Amino acid sequence: MSGDRRSVTRRTRGVVAAVGVTLGLAACGSTAPVASGPPANAISVRSTADECSLSASTAPAGPTAFRVVNAADHPTEVSVYAADGARVVGQVDDVGPAAARDLTVVLTAGTYTVACTPGQSGESIRAALTVTGATTAATGDLAELTRAVTAYETWVSAQAARLDSGTAAFVAAVRAGDLAAAKALYAPTRANWERIEPVASSFRDLDLRLDARDQDLEDTASWTGWHRLEKAMWVDGSLAGMEPVAAQLLTDTRDLVARIDGVSLTIEQVTNVAKELVEAVASSELSGGEELYSHTDLWDFQANIEGARESWNVVSAYVAVRDPVLGKAIELGFVDLQGELDRHRRGDGFVLYPELAEPDIRILAAKVESLSEPLSRLTATVFS
Amino acid sequence: MAAAGLGASAFVGRGEAATAPAAAGAIEFHGDHQAGITTHPQDHLYVTSYDVITTDPREIALLMQRWTDAARLLTTGQPIGPGGAVKGNRVAPPDDTGEALGLPASGLTLTVGFGPSLFDRRFGFATLRPPLLEPLPRFAGDEIDPAISNGDIMIQACANDAQVVVHAMRQLTRLGAGVVNPRWAQRGFAPTAGLDPEGGTPRNLQGFKDGTHNLDVLDPAMTSQHLWASADDGVGWMDGGTYLVSRRLRMLIETWDRSSLDEQEEVIGRHKGTGAPLGATDEHGTPDFRAIGPNGAPLIPLHSHLRLAHPDHNDGARLLRRGYSFSDGIDKLGRLDAGLFFLAFQRDPSRQFVPIMRRMSRVDRLNEYIRHQSSALWACPPGVSQSGYWGDTLFG
Repeated sequence: MSGDRRSVTRRTRGVVAAVGVTLGLAACGSTAPVASGPPANAISVRSTADECSLSASTAPAGPTAFRVVNAADHPTEVSVYAADGARVVGQVDDVGPAAARDLTVVLTAGTYTVACTPGQSGESIRAALTVTGATTAATGDLAELTRAVTAYETWVSAQAARLDSGTAAFVAAVRAGDLAAAKALYAPTRANWERIEPVASSFRDLDLRLDARDQDLEDTASWTGWHRLEKAMWVDGSLAGMEPVAAQLLTDTRDLVARIDGVSLTIEQVTNVAKELVEAVASSELSGGEELYSHTDLWDFQANIEGARESWNVVSAYVAVRDPVLGKAIELGFVDLQGELDRHRRGDGFVLYPELAEPDIRILAAKVESLSEPLSRLTATVFS
Repeated sequence: MAAAGLGASAFVGRGEAATAPAAAGAIEFHGDHQAGITTHPQDHLYVTSYDVITTDPREIALLMQRWTDAARLLTTGQPIGPGGAVKGNRVAPPDDTGEALGLPASGLTLTVGFGPSLFDRRFGFATLRPPLLEPLPRFAGDEIDPAISNGDIMIQACANDAQVVVHAMRQLTRLGAGVVNPRWAQRGFAPTAGLDPEGGTPRNLQGFKDGTHNLDVLDPAMTSQHLWASADDGVGWMDGGTYLVSRRLRMLIETWDRSSLDEQEEVIGRHKGTGAPLGATDEHGTPDFRAIGPNGAPLIPLHSHLRLAHPDHNDGARLLRRGYSFSDGIDKLGRLDAGLFFLAFQRDPSRQFVPIMRRMSRVDRLNEYIRHQSSALWACPPGVSQSGYWGDTLFG
């Protein structure tokens, strides 16, 4: 994933930001904590202002270690692309000047491209890497966690695809000037974003254009995205002049979906997603701060919980063996919270935020706290 | 005055012990600059912002004189008014409300500031408005509540006894009846200086030392460059004054408490235990912004609070931070309504607070855990002479 480290809209932190730096693990593909120092056979990647050189142009299939060395004056970013040139299989960014950083990726036979982006923006400099031979199967914990990551990534891609088609339908309604249809599609379509928000919002440029609220911006003259349209529909009661905003929404969403498809996550990113999503509920939807005009906060609430639930599901069996008490607490927390949220369903959706009585909100908040507390220990448990 | 030996070398020491019991621990009210700015932070804070409700500017000047007279008594531990708390006309309510009877001055300082709105069309002060008293701009992520922001006049009361600050504010508000009306108020606290055996920089409610690399008020070169306004800055009446930014920063305490120690330290850019910059061992060590961690990333992360707020990355701009923690019960969701009431004094907000805040509002990782709920900018006039009164350079 490229660029900036956090969600501008600051209701969730981009998941990459949440862990890329924090745990300092080999970025993508590898699911094991990085050992001290690179393996002896690591491929050295030297990034300078105008050069991206590899110490080897071939490597055997299997876990491949890279040692990224930044010899330029600005932070650099190095990505490993699959043969199609679009899918990122591993990345490190914010490699400081004179710094070295390790990246381990499991590579199968094929042609890869290693791209250095000195200064972390603009054109990248590319070098080819050919991988040959059969991959050695991962074993034990590593294999189990690798499967968990793959399962979660697949789920994220499916959500992104639903976001893509849902947004197209929503935008068609906006373009047709069909206010009622557009309003009806707003919350259900956004749910696809909210389920994967820590991943989706990690692309700072797109997050800013797609999900900024009025108060997230210094200057609202160029405000675009979901909440701009939300305001037009619910406050202005008119879609007049919203055609360019809708067109931009679709363009940006397609860009986002393509970028999400290229994302590889680490296991701690996956486990942090659960925490991030529940914290997003705590800091945003519980106060009605996410959907200020449509008041459809409970749709987002539900979607955040579903996203957190999925990230929990992929590791729950792993945790159940290693820390059954924690596993049970998290499981109960989800069930309990969902049960409480279900009390506020109406039709296909939920009541609007202002319809919630204060004691209802208070109980929801308490259930969110009850789930957040054990979830905050999930990543450490998976890594202990 | 000598620096207090409690490690917070940035501030001028507590008042020297006086002989009269009431004046024990009194801090001089008069001077070239107002007290309560470079004064070593006391344990308790009480800020009130007032709206002026009269239309007659003479009434404002008269109130300033009444307030100044009261401040002289309060800061020396004496009850206000000719009759004090119990020596007046028995059929009249006492001049002083009495709850501070017997309490020493407790280091009370009272500091006044004027908001940009005082210089609107109501009172004829528009031409005297300092050019630097420009309302603060909107920053990304602001969740400012107008009801607890801005105001025409502000008083900051600080003392080492909670009852003393409450008493002082109560007297001043009472004296202001008919001229000013309270708009908002904020109380704050600091860990009691001297009770921490290690002394040193107090910790905020995130558990981190806050104020380590503060402006050193004992260094005249620093204060004249970064703190005290000059007649050259636009208006003569602010010569020797300073500008104060006040902002209520609500911390998302529960979310912060669930973040890992690594995350917390990387957000702040300091070690939680020692307060030292990441990679250093001494709290006052110089941060090495080029240092690289074991995983190859900058040891002090690019969007950490320390890196973004540091003068090295802000054209040398510095602030005199004098904020206080607050904990105002719980919100309607049952969460702690707590955080930092940020107070920062400076010579020129347009070159100091505004660019620093703009930079931080865009990328500071700390923003994930903080909400800016109120905002105000105040022009604090210069200090008061023995025969003068608050704001006499403006109203006189």
